[in-house]
Amino acid sequence: MKGNEAIAHAAIRCGCDGYFGYPITPQSEILETLAAQKPWETTGMVVLQAESEVASINMLYGGGGAGKRVMTSSSSPGVALMQEGIAYMAGAEIPGLIVNVQRGGPGLGTIQPSQGDYFQATRGGGNGDYQIIVLAPASVQEMADFVDLSFELAFKYRIPAMILSDGVIGQVMEKVKLPPFKPRRSEEEILRDCPWATTGRRNGRPINVITSLELQPEAMEKHNLHLQEKYKTICANEVRVEEMQTEDADFLIVAFGSAARIAQKAILDLRQEGIRVGLLRPITLWPFPYDRIRELAGQVKGILTFEINAGQMVQDVRLAVEGRTPVTQYGKMGGIVPTPDEVIATLKSDFHI
Amino acid sequence: MENIISPENIVYQKPKLLNDEHMHYCPGCSHGVVHKLIAEVIEEMGVTDKAIGISPVGCAVFAYKYIDIDWQEAAHGRAPAIASAIKRLWPEHLVFTYQGDGDLACIGTAETIHALNRGENIAIIFINNAIYGMTGGQMAPTTLMGMKTSTCPYGRQADLHGYPLKITEIAATLEGTCYVTRQSVHSVAAIRKAKRAIRQAFENSINRRGSSLVEIVSTCSSGWKLSPVEANEWMQEHMFDYYHVGDLKSI
Repeated sequence: MKGNEAIAHAAIRCGCDGYFGYPITPQSEILETLAAQKPWETTGMVVLQAESEVASINMLYGGGGAGKRVMTSSSSPGVALMQEGIAYMAGAEIPGLIVNVQRGGPGLGTIQPSQGDYFQATRGGGNGDYQIIVLAPASVQEMADFVDLSFELAFKYRIPAMILSDGVIGQVMEKVKLPPFKPRRSEEEILRDCPWATTGRRNGRPINVITSLELQPEAMEKHNLHLQEKYKTICANEVRVEEMQTEDADFLIVAFGSAARIAQKAILDLRQEGIRVGLLRPITLWPFPYDRIRELAGQVKGILTFEINAGQMVQDVRLAVEGRTPVTQYGKMGGIVPTPDEVIATLKSDFHI
Repeated sequence: MENIISPENIVYQKPKLLNDEHMHYCPGCSHGVVHKLIAEVIEEMGVTDKAIGISPVGCAVFAYKYIDIDWQEAAHGRAPAIASAIKRLWPEHLVFTYQGDGDLACIGTAETIHALNRGENIAIIFINNAIYGMTGGQMAPTTLMGMKTSTCPYGRQADLHGYPLKITEIAATLEGTCYVTRQSVHSVAAIRKAKRAIRQAFENSINRRGSSLVEIVSTCSSGWKLSPVEANEWMQEHMFDYYHVGDLKSI
């Protein structure tokens, strides 16, 4: 099935309580699949087509703030509209899942694939000092698997989580093993697991307030410091990478999502020629695998960062490498998906092979 | 004195849900009265454990400090979207928003219209004082023609600013609304009526009868640059002329 469809089926199967979204190409199959599946008749999952992406993300704020596993999906311009709400969720520490099936930009851009929202996702596209967890699937299987993983991380740390996919992974059809059915959490489980949520003030407990507002500078600073501590914990515990043939690599390609799939083919072809190239694929774009890239920088003669944009992740790669080895970048914009041959030619030319 | 305030002599007490936090509202402001009514209604209905309020951006941004129920603080204008999700996910709960005219009728128009049009089982309490109070008296979508504010210092003019928006009338035309009313809290009689309206709206939410909108035509003595008494009189004289008080829809 398509990556977008896998997301929808995985959501129903992993105990998602609600989906709120607005149609936009190339990810409308998520809402369409959910609408066709009618999970409100089976698991009780709410599915609502909202009036805008602005409303969708605020529905996530409301639902997540009330302790429910809620998600939305959109594509680049729609996710740009959501940034205010994502910042509010980060500030108020509300868990939730945002899926971005990226298309080319800036502005209305194109409906073709892109990875141009790397900065938007990993730098906090809204206002203030905050981060969200960003997972980058490279297959339809990972589209399915990352739904439950995102919810688990989001609730563990009370933080929004994003699946940063793209038009390739959203539209491509691959075999997928859907996750086993997991029931939605019961009311008792929500009350137990989310004592902070606005579930209705029972038995005279103190009131729960979901807010990102605090006018006393000292209190606001304290809250910010708490957020930064949380982000440090996540950086220490939740970095995920996949490596391919890095053990003996003389050169390294760093690529995520669909670009990593293209890089895999390029590496197989390069190895046929006797050029020892390895792949490091960040699965979490935030937290970013700085440490592992730094280690590999001491081993290889050069690193090519390959991403379908003008060069965004390359900044993180350079921060990790700190000049230990040359770092170059290759990418395409405008909705053009580069071929393995282009990657091979770039690597050879950049490092004079 | 101690004898006078002994328990058997008490004929009126503020609702327990209205806590002792010092309110930040200006003297003569309608917010305090409406807060008290909301607290009374929730208490009388016995639904403290089911009530979730959504506070706005504007003067009532800190509503959650005064009424001891669970609250979510919304981004400017987005309260109806937040309430929509909560009510769908917790269908047995009483879910209401509390919004001003800038929040509800300007930046949040889309969320307001669409939540009401979907017939979300929520109650919206809409404070219309025809001005932006919190930011210091700027023009609101509901500012009356000719009325002076800091951003229309020569008075609201149609060619420059357009016309005051009767969003409650629009709400009454939507299929999703079951109860749309305009009230005020300028007199004891009006306060009693407003309380009945809030109770009706809250019962509609609990019983999932559709969307309810309760507009309260309100004073803003600071924004209007009038004394509390003058503001009450000005409201009756000018606001009621354009914003007619009464039920617009009740089914």
